[in-house]
Formats: sequence, C-alpha cells, structure tokens
Amino acid sequence: MPLASVVLGLVLGAVLIAVQGHSVLSAYGALVLGGAGDADAVLRTLQKATPLIFGGLAVAFAFKAGLFNIGGQGQLLVGAAFAAGVGFGIDGLPLVVHLPLALLVGGIAGAAWGAIAGVLKATSGAHEVIVTIMLNFVAGNLTDWLAANPWQDRSGSNIIARTPLVEPSAEIPTWGWLPAGFLLAMIAAFACWFILERTTYGFEVRSVGANRHAARYAGISVGWIMASTMAVAGLLAGLGGAIESLGVDGRFEAGVNVGLGFEGITIALLARTNPIAVIPAGLLVGLMEAGAAKMQFESGVAPEIIDVIQALILLFVAAPMIVRWLMRLRDADDRRLTLGAGWGR
Amino acid sequence: MTLIAGSDPEASRAKGGASRWTTRRVWSLAGAAVLVAVVWAFYAWNGAQTTAVLSGTVRAATLLVLGAMCGMIGERSGIVNIGIEGQFLMSAFAAFTIASISGSLFLGVVAGVSTGLAMGWMLAAMAVGLRTDQIIAGTVLNIAALGLTSFFYDRGRSLGQLKYQAIELGPLADLPVVGTALFNRPPLTYLALILVIVLHVLLLRSVWGMRTTAIGEHPGAAATVGIDVIRLRYLNVTLAGGLAGLGGAYLALEAVGTFTRAMSGGRGFLALAVMIFGRRTPLGAYAAALFFGFTTALQNQFQLNDTFDIPAQFVGMLPFVVTIIVVAAAGLFGRMRDPAALGQPYEVR
Repeated sequence: MPLASVVLGLVLGAVLIAVQGHSVLSAYGALVLGGAGDADAVLRTLQKATPLIFGGLAVAFAFKAGLFNIGGQGQLLVGAAFAAGVGFGIDGLPLVVHLPLALLVGGIAGAAWGAIAGVLKATSGAHEVIVTIMLNFVAGNLTDWLAANPWQDRSGSNIIARTPLVEPSAEIPTWGWLPAGFLLAMIAAFACWFILERTTYGFEVRSVGANRHAARYAGISVGWIMASTMAVAGLLAGLGGAIESLGVDGRFEAGVNVGLGFEGITIALLARTNPIAVIPAGLLVGLMEAGAAKMQFESGVAPEIIDVIQALILLFVAAPMIVRWLMRLRDADDRRLTLGAGWGR
Repeated sequence: MTLIAGSDPEASRAKGGASRWTTRRVWSLAGAAVLVAVVWAFYAWNGAQTTAVLSGTVRAATLLVLGAMCGMIGERSGIVNIGIEGQFLMSAFAAFTIASISGSLFLGVVAGVSTGLAMGWMLAAMAVGLRTDQIIAGTVLNIAALGLTSFFYDRGRSLGQLKYQAIELGPLADLPVVGTALFNRPPLTYLALILVIVLHVLLLRSVWGMRTTAIGEHPGAAATVGIDVIRLRYLNVTLAGGLAGLGGAYLALEAVGTFTRAMSGGRGFLALAVMIFGRRTPLGAYAAALFFGFTTALQNQFQLNDTFDIPAQFVGMLPFVVTIIVVAAAGLFGRMRDPAALGQPYEVR
C-alpha cells in the first residue's frame, strides 16, 4: 500500500510538472541522477536521509505507545545546539572521547526535551501534541538565543547567529560516499526494532499503544511507559540533530534546520511506523531532496515540488480508501493508522 | 431540544458550583482592574510606546482568535483540527495572489475565505467521510499547504497596491489608551471582532450551537433525536475553515500586505493553544488571544528599544511556556474537560 501511495504521488507530481510546461522525463531523470548518479550524489542522499531516519524513528517509536510526537523539531534543535556546544567548547580531547561525548550530550538534550512532554502527559494528562508543538517554539527561541549570545562565533566580523566550527576531534568522519552518521541511523533503526519487538519493555510500549486501560489492568505502569517512550523519541531526534551539527554543518546555526523535524512525521507514516521500513522511507525522501537541486538546474522545475510530492504521498498513506478506489485495489489490507481519541486522556 | 440542552456541560457545571463561580468572578474582576491600572500607568509614562504595544496586541490577536474559532467549532463538533496552520497559509496565498492579479482586495478576501472553506471541506472529507485519524488528516493539510504554496510562490509578485488601511470610528478613535488600538483599525479587524461576538452567542445560545455541542459530546444520542451527525460535522468543519480562510486573508492583505514562504509561522498552532486557553468559547478565546498578542507585541517592542534588558527570545518563549503550564495545570486540577466524543470518528450503524 505505501508503494502504491508513492507511485500515485509521483504520478500527480509529474502532472504538476507537465502543467508547468517542463519535461517530466528530464525532471525525474535529473532527480534520480542528482540523488544517486555518482559518489557525491550518493553521499548527499545518505546525508539527507540520516536526520530523516532519526526523525522518522522519533515519531514511529512514540506512535507505538499511542503518542503522537510532533516535537521532533524541538528535540532535534536542542540536540543539534548542545552537540555543537560540546563540539566547539571543549578542546584537547581525543576523537574517541570527544565525538561520543558530543553525540551523547546532544542525545540527552533531545531526550530531556521529549521527556517533558511525556512526563506532563503521564502526570496531568496534558496532550502531547499541544505540549510538543509548544516545546518546538520554546526550543527554537532557546537555540536562537544560544547561537546569538553565549555561544556565538565571535571570529572576524561574523554577525550570523551561529556557533564556531566544532573541533576536528568532534567531527563525524565520512568514508568516501558513506557518512558515518548514516551507519548510526541504520543501527538506531535496528535497535528500535529490537527493543519494540524482542524485549519486555517493547511489549509494554506496544500494549500501552494498543489499549491503555488493558495495559494498566495487566500491571504495566502506563505513566512510566509514556514518559520513557517520549524520552527515547527525543533521544532519537536529538541524535539526528547532533549528527547534523557534527557531521554535515560542522556547527549549529540558528534557523538552518527548520522543518527537518516535521519531515519525520511523513517518514514515519510512510513506513507505517515500522522502524525497519523507516530506512527505505528516509532514503526515498533523502534521494528526492538530494536530487532536487540538479532537477532545478537541468529542467527548471522548482525544488519545492518535492514537498508537494511528499504531501501527496502522505495523503494517500493516511487515507488508504482513496488509493484503493483510484488503483482499483481490492486487497484485505484494511489496517488504518490511528492514534486513539483526539486529545484523549 | 430540551433533552440536548440538558446535556450541555456548561449548564451542568454551573448548577454544581455557585459559590466557586462568584469567587472566580471576583478574582477575574480584580485581575482585570490590576491590568487596567498597569496599562494606564504605562500610558501615562510613555504614551506612544504603550499605544504601539496595544495596537500590536490587537493586530496579533485578530489572527489568533480567527484560528481559535475555527478550531473550537471543529472541536465542539468532535473534530480535532491541527490543520489550521495549513489553512492560514493556503488562504493567505490565495488571497494575496487573487488580490494581486485582480487588483481588488475584496476579491482577495473572497478567494481567501473560499480557499479556507475548501481546506475545511478537505479536512471534513478525510476526518468525517474517510474516517482518517484526525491528527494525521490535519498534518496532511499542513504539509500539503507548505508544499503547494512554496511550489507556486512567485517571488516577483507584489500586491501592486496598499494593504487594507485603518478606518477611524469617529470620536471613539480619540479615546485615550484604547482609541487607536481598538477604534482606528483596518476593516478585517472590525469584522473579526463582530464575528467573535456573533459566534459567542450562536455557539452558546442557538439551536445550531446546542446541536454542535451534542454531536461533539454524544453523537449517538444526538442521532437518536434526529440530528444528522455526519452532515452537521461536515458543515461545521467546512464553515470553520472559512474562518481560518478569513484569517489567512487578514494575514496577507491587512497585517502584512504581501505573501512570503511559510508566513503563518506557527500561529495556526498557537491558535489551538488560544482555543484551549479560552475554554472553547469565542470571548474566552479573544481574551486569550489578547494575552498572546500582548507577548508578541512586547517582543517586538523589546527588539526596537533597549530600556529593558531581556533578550527577545525569552519574551518570545513566554506564550508557549504559559500554554504548557496552563494545559498541564488544567489537567492536574481537572478544571477543563474536552468534548466527550472528541477525536472519534462517527459511524452510522
């Protein structure tokens, strides 16, 4: 079903491109070449896919407990800012200490940010969607302030709200076309799968997601599961942000990562919240984003078409009835994505 | 209708706590008095700046209250709408584009409202018709609006004329303190104020309002007394989209006077907080919107002068932090209750 949604999204995207008077073939051709044509293109795709996979996992993991984590954006921002802070703020450490430390601090910052929403949900029933949306804005302001005041790059005549470059000992290495951060993303996806499917904790998470009340009667501490699940989700998004700072940008700059956290929602829904499927979903969107510049250069199609295609795919994933009707599919796959009851308590 | 009116939560709550109501009234009156005194003192101290802050407050509050009213009609009918952000953005784009092409601001507003209605209908089609998860349906609207408006955004296009200008309401505009802020505003602000009052009466007093509450609280019961739940939910969510559409038109044609990428800037989400803060009533939401608008206006003033040495970012955080605290406190003390059927698709059996 997700495959059919992707195909439909691409077809409608092609219609839009054609309506604008561009050649669909050359546009999509350039898109693929720009995302997978040579080693540089592959590197770009994998770099783009890394935070998407982390963001997708952050949404998917929380989803398993019946929580909708819209806070990936804020968790990613604090992760990116604090990882950069450790990355440039400490020097003289060897790489084997400095890099893990910076990643860890970024991850913990994200986890703490996610945990706020989880703890509030568990203790007062405050809906995680409202709280995480608000926390996104708070994180945006907080990291802006950090990058513009205490942590600002004072070298030369810089007036941009950004930190200095991180020390070489905190940089994530890249081997040819393979960024090490992408390997971390793969490991994270498999770890999520393992935790959710093969451990008692994962079983408890899924029980809470399936039926909160039944889980409580079965002796599971629903509050603890909610709080810890949001912390894990925040950890994942925070790591994604940390890798962005330490592996791609080399620093934290206010405003450059805006929107990255929200794309995790698309990825997670596209993967139907399956952690392993998050990898191909992230690669697909990563490839489109990596190839968008080449597509614009060669065929003149605005790169924002990628956002439109993503939205269309998401629409088709969310409303399977449309796809079934359009494609005349009559399979028995009637699983619907549900988050339970609205702001439900 | 008496049966339905009896199930109205406002009515049953008022019955139980007459004494608590009076205490609360006293407290809010005292709070209002302090607020007026503080504003008056600031006005005496620095008139121009106080006027600027108050005008900024009303300017920001207008957009928020329109979004909040869109959200509350949906929620009272049992439909969560987190797509307000997308509705704002899409209708701001349509309003700006049509106004720019036709040269008529009024046609722009019509286009904005129509786009809002269409977005509302799409949300209804997904959430009510296809019974898609409501939060996912809203997210789809947001992402689609951002993508489409960015894709079709034409950097070179300008409005080609002045945005909506202020209209003085005679001697009222000369009143001290609130004169400029309330009675020397452009037309859509007045329209929004009228809508707040009209909708407050309609939602809490009219048959339509009662029925809306009924399908949000207990759609099954509403259906048994002959209300077409599906149809009313469709109607309400679509009409509510028109309010967000007016908000989008206000943003593009009155508040800013142009369209930029992602110009709604999260205010559709903030409108949700305003709605909850205002207990899902239009007047309550307007009070909340004024508070949120005040922090925005204050933030802008802080950036312009350096009398107060508080970083703008911390003032910018204030409404969001306050919302988190209020939502959490409301849960802890059980002061607020969501419509009982909120978020649940209704299936005709």
